[in-house]
Amino acid sequence: MNEKVQNTLLEIADDELILGWRDSEWTGIAPLLEEDVAFSSIAQNEIGHARALYELVARERGITADELAFDRTPDEYRCAQLVELRLLDWEKTIARHYLYEEADARRLEQLKTSDNAEIAGLAAKIDREEAYHRMHAQMWHDRLHDEPRYVQALSELRPLLDKRGAHTPELPELWGEMTIVRRSQPAGTKW
Amino acid sequence: MTEAQIWDALAEIPDPEIPVISLVDLGVVREIEVQNGHVRVDFTPTFLGCPALEVMRDAMAERIRSLGAEPEINVCLDDSWSTDRITPAGREKLRASGFAPPAPREATAPTLVQLQSNAHRCPYCGSTDTRLENIFGPTPCRSLRYCATCRQPFEQFKTV
Repeated sequence: MNEKVQNTLLEIADDELILGWRDSEWTGIAPLLEEDVAFSSIAQNEIGHARALYELVARERGITADELAFDRTPDEYRCAQLVELRLLDWEKTIARHYLYEEADARRLEQLKTSDNAEIAGLAAKIDREEAYHRMHAQMWHDRLHDEPRYVQALSELRPLLDKRGAHTPELPELWGEMTIVRRSQPAGTKW
Repeated sequence: MTEAQIWDALAEIPDPEIPVISLVDLGVVREIEVQNGHVRVDFTPTFLGCPALEVMRDAMAERIRSLGAEPEINVCLDDSWSTDRITPAGREKLRASGFAPPAPREATAPTLVQLQSNAHRCPYCGSTDTRLENIFGPTPCRSLRYCATCRQPFEQFKTV
């Protein structure tokens, strides 16, 4: 697996990990109980996808998935700015969800045709689960599509889908929370 | 030790989250190979974020060890598991305990229209007058539905 392929997998894995984390912030505080359940479940899937993708790259590099997920510095993450933001407005969360799932579907379709059978297989497996995320995003999009605040959120957030490399200040903040327990122990601790 | 004995032994291990069904019923055991006291199990996980996966893997290794063999659980991160792998016996056990078994998978991924249709049967009374309450449920593999006939909410296994 060459460097370019590894980096593509890391982009996706980082997107899924960070978005999974952001989605989990709705656990307990979503405006509807049903959405509490939905976003918690989506978060769990996304982090599961991240783990499986990290495992492929980690094996190439002779390290563990956890080391890839948590032991890099924030500027080494390859996620898009879209997933980094802490969005506690419902219309913005749904707008991000809709934009992300659409883009993720295109990316997975491409990955499913990879020459590397392992990558193509994993992409197909991930896509089976993502189909339910897309349905959920579609359902909310249909409900909100002519609400001005939602339309505004879509146009504000769309450009952030392709912004990678430079990060928002929210990523290091999140990274601090995400890795606090891991960093509290000496390096080399066996978890 | 034979492969058939290992299949029988793994068929006694319950799914950690839905214990009415065994790991073999669930279709996560893809292949077993026995060689000189060494047992290799190809394990194809269900949902990638499912916390039960580690429990399943460890339970299989433990069971094989208790039979006096050295286990090797090979986790296949490929696309080899689908809800179509749940055995007919497994589907019936799910239904009998109030989980509607997954609909067979079609050539394309399931759609919202299908989910919102009333083609899903209530596991309690058999009515198809049921509606989607939530695409998601208590675990990644389940959706929530409501049966208008017996007025009972129920869990529907997702089709993947």
